[in-house]
Order: sequence, then structure tokens, then C-alpha cells
Amino acid sequence: MTQAMPTVSSNRRMTRHNRTILVRTIQYVLLGAVVVLFAVVGDWSNFADQYLNWDVVKALFPRMLTTGLVNTLLYTAGAFILGLVLGLIVALMRLSEVWLYRAIATVYVELLRGLPTLLVLFLVVYGVPILFGDVSFLRDFYVQAIVGLGTVAGAYMSETIRAGIQAVPRGQMEAARTLGMSRTRAMLSIVIPQAFRIVIPPMTNELILLVKDSSLVYVLGVTAAQYELTKLSQVAASGGIRGIPNGPTPLLMAGMFYLVITLPLSQAVRALERRQARRGGH
Amino acid sequence: MTANVGAGAAETTPTGQPMISISGLRKSFGPVEVLKNIDLVINQGEVVCVIGPSGSGKTTLLRCVNLLEKPSSGKIVVNGAEVTDPETDLDAVRKTVGMVFQQFNLFPHLSVMRNLTIAQTKLLGRSKSKAESIARHNLERVGLAHRETAYPAQLSGGQQQRVAIARSLSMDPALMLFDEPTSALDPELVGDVLAVMRGLARDGMTMMVVTHEMAFARDVADRVVFMDGGYVVEQGPPEQVIGDPQHERTKTFLHRVLNPTSVEEGEEFPAPPAEIPQPELPDPRGLGQSTQDG
Repeated sequence: MTQAMPTVSSNRRMTRHNRTILVRTIQYVLLGAVVVLFAVVGDWSNFADQYLNWDVVKALFPRMLTTGLVNTLLYTAGAFILGLVLGLIVALMRLSEVWLYRAIATVYVELLRGLPTLLVLFLVVYGVPILFGDVSFLRDFYVQAIVGLGTVAGAYMSETIRAGIQAVPRGQMEAARTLGMSRTRAMLSIVIPQAFRIVIPPMTNELILLVKDSSLVYVLGVTAAQYELTKLSQVAASGGIRGIPNGPTPLLMAGMFYLVITLPLSQAVRALERRQARRGGH
Repeated sequence: MTANVGAGAAETTPTGQPMISISGLRKSFGPVEVLKNIDLVINQGEVVCVIGPSGSGKTTLLRCVNLLEKPSSGKIVVNGAEVTDPETDLDAVRKTVGMVFQQFNLFPHLSVMRNLTIAQTKLLGRSKSKAESIARHNLERVGLAHRETAYPAQLSGGQQQRVAIARSLSMDPALMLFDEPTSALDPELVGDVLAVMRGLARDGMTMMVVTHEMAFARDVADRVVFMDGGYVVEQGPPEQVIGDPQHERTKTFLHRVLNPTSVEEGEEFPAPPAEIPQPELPDPRGLGQSTQDG
């Protein structure tokens, strides 16, 4: 008994170390098994033929670039700018001293965050021509799509901007008012510039979401010139474009195009957040 | 309005028009009344230090002067304008009333120079070059002429506070309000800020200073106002209020402030109530055993 004592304690220490190794080994074995399973069960040569048809890539690439990517960027940029303007106005309304402004802004935000973006898009595209059929500018499909996406984005952005404005210390507004600035001028010259620095990372995230949400335009009745990446790739994949055999390669291409936009943006968000974290400590 | 001035103040105040005159001022935050019927007059060129324990309402009083806090009732006239009148153009009055905050409140996204010129160019219609030359003059006054391109975060607390003073001065204020301007500073940085304030007082600036710096109040103030519980308890020249306080509450406060480490039991100190029941400490070993058993 007395002899065993030291062995027991050293065994226990070894066990803890060994257990870690054991658990990790099991994890790797399982992971390896899954990979092998996929490799063996999947029909990879067929998959490669279908998804990596280089002839299709070469034939479709120019159109992906000049139509798909351009349209995706148009819808995204338009909706982002509209969302930013709406978001700022609605954020200021929600922070207003006027009850009615606050009420309108709250209803807007709650309604548009509570509805699926797709439904809002349908409502705009079907509703606007009925409501404003005489306004030629609103008959443009791009405008309708951007209004649909932008109003939803505006609702989300307004909450982000509001949080940013509220994150600016009260003393900033007070110091500006004390110098004699009106509330509006203090907001514009002192508070909002600081709020925007705070909200740049979350707003970039909103932009990433919009890049992806622009694919929802796909379900609307778009003409060939209005195809964005998702619609274009889907049409191409189902054999709808002359000279391109049907097959899923265009879908993979569209995926690559999206990642080329979104990955640098999310990297930028991380860099900005790191910079702010460093600055926050002063 | 002289009726509002404390008895001791009349003979020491420099002759001048009333710059701030407060009468019947009350302020409540919800059910809590923090200012209870305050009457106070500060004359042109006068330096008035407001002292008192925390929660006495002194900061609220100061913030009522430029209406950062809205009084519940009462009348305040600042530099000839009745700020409590809803018809008064507050922004116009505030241009003439400088204010220095405990937390400096410099604009962190603007350079020191821009901090000093933004209100000048946007509100006083001064040209950029005129505003900058006024700003340089005031930075020189606070000893920071060499830091005009810096950003607030690059400055020490004391430097930030001096920039904040220069920012207020650049608007050519008729009077200056100071809300505990040295309370957020490391002890070694306090002196520079107080030196700047002494200079201002020497130059004849009307100043209302909420402070805990008793030495400063004694040396620089024309009048010291002691507040407690929302009332002006006592006021007069510093040698009287600080040197020879008449009221019990003033004596208690000054004793505590001037002897922060003293533990002597003077009669000014309220004795701890005897009837607080001392908790009975159970024997820790007994406690441990009982829980183990249970």
C-alpha cells in the first residue's frame, strides 16, 4: 500500500496527459475515416467532370464578369447606399425628442426586420407599379430591386447606426452644446462623425450580407441583361445559354465570384476591429 | 438682487454688474430634489468657488447656469439674458459662457487646432485664419502652443484639460464655468491646470468653479460658497468660510477634506449608531463540520 502510493499519484498525472493524447487520436481517426468515406463513396471523377468543366469556365467567364458580377455589384451598391441614407434618417428619428418621429421609425424598423427580405422584394416589385405607375423612374427594374433590398437593409443599418450614436459619450454632445452649437449642428459635426467610426466594422458586415442577399433578385422576372451572379449561373447550369452544356460548373464559378468579394471584406472587418480594440484602451 | 448675496459677500465682491443671478432655483431628478431654493449672485470679474460634499448639488447648480440641466423652477439670468425663459436663444447665450468639464470632453476625432476653431468658424463666422490665430493665442496662454497638430488621445489628462480651457477661451466668453476641472487628473498634473485658472482669474475673468481644491479656493476665490443637501449653507470670503466656518456642516466637511487621513473622533463626526446589531460569527470549524455532516 505504502509502496504503491507514489506510483498512483504519478499514474494519475500521466493519465491526464495520456487522456488528452487518446482523445485527440480518436478525433483524428474519426476525421480521417470521414474523409476516406467521402473519397471512396463519392463519384469524384464524375463530380470533377460536372463541376470543373474548364470549357464551360472559359466560355462563361467573360459573361460572369461583365453581366453577373457587374449586376451583383450594382444591386449591392445601390441597396447599400439607399440603406445607409434610410438607416441614418431612421436612426436620428428613433433618437428624436418628437414622439411621432420615434413612433414612425420604430414601426419601420420592426416591420422590415420582421418580414423575409424575399417577401419585401415581391411586395415592392408588384406593389410599386400599382402605386406609382406614373413615375417612370420607379418602373425601372434596377430601381425596384434596389428599393426592395435597400429598405430592408435600412432597417438593420438604422439599429447599428443608433447604437453607434449612443456609444458616443454624452459629454461630446454637452461640450458641443456648451460652445453654442444647436442640437442638429452638434449631431452633424461632432456626434455622427464619431458614431460612423464606431459603426464601420458592423456596417461592413451589413455590406457582406447585402452582397449575398442581392441573389434574391434572382426570383424576380429578370431579363438576361439584368442577371446577377446567382441567376446567371443557374440559367447557365440548366443549359439556358447557347453554347454552354448544362451542368453545375457555373454554380461553382458563381460561388468563387462571391468569395472574391466577401472574403476581403470580412478580412477588412477583422482588421478594423483589431485597430479599434487597440485604440479603445487609450 | 443684492438681497440674494450672502452677508459676508457684500464687502469682498469686486464692484461689477451681476454676471450670474440665480433666484429661487429648484431642481428635482424624479422624486429627489437636489437643489432647494438657491439664491446666488456672481458679479462681473468675481471668482466664486463652490465647495461641498458629493451629492450636495454643486455640479447640478453649475450645469443649471447654462441650462445643461433644466431647472424645475426659479429664475437664472446670465450675462443679461434670462436663460430660464423658454423664449431665450440658449445657443446665443452659451456662446458667451465657457464651460470646462471634469472629463475634458475634447472632440477626439479632431486635432487640437480644429477643436479650438470649429465653433469659431461655424458659429461666430470667423475666417479660418482669424480663428487659427485666436486659437494659437489661447494655446499659448495655456502653455500648449507646440501641440496644435496633436489629437486629444496623444495628450496627457492635464494637457487635454488645458486644451479644453483654451477651446472655451477661443469663443471669447464673458464668464467661465468649471465643473471639478482637476478631479479626473493624476495628482502631478493638477498644478498646471490650476496655474492656468489662476492666470485667468488674474486677468479678470468671471469664474464659477466647482472644486475640491481647497488651497486653490483659499488663494484664488473672491468668495467661497459651501453647499450641502441642496442648500447654500454658507458663503463669504475664503478666509471666513474656509478659515473660520460658522456652520456645523461646513466645519465637518472642511475637517474631513483638510484632514483626509485623520481618524480622531471630533464632535463634528457623527458617532456610528450604537444599535447596529453585530452579527454573531459562528465558529468556522463548527460550521465546516456541520455542513459536512449534512
